[in-house]
Amino acid sequence: MMVKTIFSGFGGQGVLMMGYTLAHGAMSAGYQVTYLPAYGAEVRGGTANCTVAVSDDEIASPIASKPDNIVVLNTPSLYSFQNRVAPEGALFLNSSIVAVKPSRHDVRIFKIPSSEIAEQLGNPRTANTVMMGAFLKVTGLVPSDIYLSSMETVMGSKKKSVIEINRKAFAAGYEFLK
Amino acid sequence: MNKVLMQGNKIIGEAAVRAGCRFYAGYPITPQNEIPEYMSERLRQVEGGVFVQSESEIAAIHMVVGASAAGARSMTSSSSPGISLKQEGISSLAACELPAVIVNMMRGGPGLGNICPSQGDYFQATRGGGHGDYRVIVLGPDSAQELADLTMDAFDLADRYRTPVMILADGMMGQMMEPVVFKEPKPRDYPENFVMKGAGSGKSKIIRGLILDPLEMEEHNWTLQRKYQVIAQRETRHELYKTDDAEMVIVAYGTAARIAEGAIKRLRETGLRVGLFRPITLWPFPTNELRDLAKKIQDFLVFEMSAGQMVEDVRLAIQGKARIGFHGRPGGVVPTPVELANVVMRHYDPKEGIIDPLA
Repeated sequence: MMVKTIFSGFGGQGVLMMGYTLAHGAMSAGYQVTYLPAYGAEVRGGTANCTVAVSDDEIASPIASKPDNIVVLNTPSLYSFQNRVAPEGALFLNSSIVAVKPSRHDVRIFKIPSSEIAEQLGNPRTANTVMMGAFLKVTGLVPSDIYLSSMETVMGSKKKSVIEINRKAFAAGYEFLK
Repeated sequence: MNKVLMQGNKIIGEAAVRAGCRFYAGYPITPQNEIPEYMSERLRQVEGGVFVQSESEIAAIHMVVGASAAGARSMTSSSSPGISLKQEGISSLAACELPAVIVNMMRGGPGLGNICPSQGDYFQATRGGGHGDYRVIVLGPDSAQELADLTMDAFDLADRYRTPVMILADGMMGQMMEPVVFKEPKPRDYPENFVMKGAGSGKSKIIRGLILDPLEMEEHNWTLQRKYQVIAQRETRHELYKTDDAEMVIVAYGTAARIAEGAIKRLRETGLRVGLFRPITLWPFPTNELRDLAKKIQDFLVFEMSAGQMVEDVRLAIQGKARIGFHGRPGGVVPTPVELANVVMRHYDPKEGIIDPLA
């Protein structure tokens, strides 16, 4: 098994956090993982992306030329990455922000209004965690409890209330997709 | 031991501190900025730790020269253009026989180039880099785990042979996160009499690279060369992957070796029996080991993220006893395993062997 996922969006939306927590969770679940952020002249408000590979065997290349999943939090990222998804792969869209229709018809498309859900929960900054809930519901890459404990480890020094709202956000995303 | 998920650059910093590194000087450059960032905090937490963000790369390497002479385990890091600036100091370290670790997270060149992963500094690293007859031990890690292990080993090697050691990795190794387990470092074994801390009532000690008498300088050169011979005999490292039944072997190091492993998995699914020879020490190059392999393998393909540098060492090792092809992508392009697999399928005929595009 080898699953590669690209997370993408605006800098500041928590795109790298999504990848990092997934990689940490997958490592805790016993998989081999690599996490590769796009580095460069990245700025807040610019685009950010990262690639996570999860496998039960050694991972040769951490780069995904044909990712199995892409998670898209803004419109420019959809344009950048939709053509790379493997056929039969999955496209996760933050439908609160991404208004355009994907051009791909050979992939599974999941629309999650993650920004709106996060706002209803009281913290719009947790839109990325809402997305992770939906992402893990569909892919089943990492069991929820392992992911959530990884999230807590990663957030380590943050306040309890931050972790609590993220747990709620995760559950909301998880339950959004039936 | 605990497995942790860490970024390559930070792994180097953590491994260095655990290995007893107490002096770091450096100047920022992408894609290795997380090394100084990490060291600035981590060296604050350990006794005797000193971190200096220097005014330039040249200042940093010369601070390392001084700290090493004073007996500290010392390190500096940079990326390609910055490493070019450090060459004067690295030559000094070699001449003065001072231990130090230099990290080069290579990026696309020549010139300022770009900030993408590349392997274009192989010549510079393995031929000494600066002026004069000297060599630097060069280690080429290909995973987070090796970044940790080889960083610790680098300090031991530097002390044992009183010589600079370079970790030669690239932007991808530096930026990527992977699980890592830090091994227990060995206790430092460095004779006190090499440390400059005041002669007291004893004889004064001199560490110098300026030796004006040519015969004396020649003798110093031969001393260094004898040391390099010993290093070549004792410290050469390499790894074999699926070479037992291979009809053809890819030679690659670092990130390129990982890509090659991915290509080999694909090629084996189509029935092509391909293996990998991965040098871990780039200097000393595993010449004899590769020559031995050429007794049973007739076809080699050298794969680098450069226009072709290590391929020269492979030719020197194999001495015309087997066919050698080359595939490379210079300038910061990271090829995919699919691309390399396609190259092998296009250039490899089980009857004819490789069609060598460089020959």
